[in-house]
Amino acid sequence: MGLDIAFWVLAVVGIAAALAVVLLRNIFRAALCLVLCFLTVAGIYITLSADFLAAVQVLIYVGAISVLIILAIMLTREVQRGSPSSKLRIPAFVVAILFLGVMGFAMLNTQWLVSDIPPVEPTTAALAIKLFGEGGFILAVEIAAVLLLAAILGAIVLVREK
Amino acid sequence: MSIGLEHYLILSAILFSIGLYGALAKRSAIVILMSIEIMLVAVSIAMVAFSRYIVPLLLTGQVFVIFIMVVAAAEAAVGLAIIIAIYRGRETIDATKIDLMKW
Repeated sequence: MGLDIAFWVLAVVGIAAALAVVLLRNIFRAALCLVLCFLTVAGIYITLSADFLAAVQVLIYVGAISVLIILAIMLTREVQRGSPSSKLRIPAFVVAILFLGVMGFAMLNTQWLVSDIPPVEPTTAALAIKLFGEGGFILAVEIAAVLLLAAILGAIVLVREK
Repeated sequence: MSIGLEHYLILSAILFSIGLYGALAKRSAIVILMSIEIMLVAVSIAMVAFSRYIVPLLLTGQVFVIFIMVVAAAEAAVGLAIIIAIYRGRETIDATKIDLMKW
């Protein structure tokens, strides 16, 4: 019962925050609403008993990506210009609603093979075995490390003063 | 009715649609990037929900979400660096005015 209440509160707050991100005129407030949206998603992960992912969500999205976005807003004087919509606003709205309708129809009309087994808790050790253990995702972890290194080097080269 | 897989999938679809609308309709490049982050997070919710309800012992969905987070962090770093570089050269980050490569 408590899980249901938590889900509904988190879902409503998260959707409202996401709507505020795309509808608010003030871009700085939109960035703060994005932080709220990321926090509610961390709560959603907790209701799905993904404790490690909730902590990582707060660390990476709320801690790092939001700071990067707010820093970029500060560096580009976007706050004065606001966040206007382009002339494609109505087609974009139609596309989004159509997408939502199709996805909702497909999701509600599929017979999902829901399993009755209770989820693994806590997940940290199980995830580590999955990532680094025998037959796991160790190659993907190495590739992710190389990708992060390349992205950081690229970002440094792009913003360096000539 | 207790919370099931469908609730999480619908939540994920709603968040994805909001992000899709923002990415298509907004002019500021930073807001477009923020909408893309919302879309990535929405997909992550669907992954974790599938992992929780369909294969609770395998955790594959959660591993995928970790890789989505890695890619999202790399994308945010490079995307914002490109936006700042464009702003230095053109004094604007309005996506409708950055049309040098438009045919």
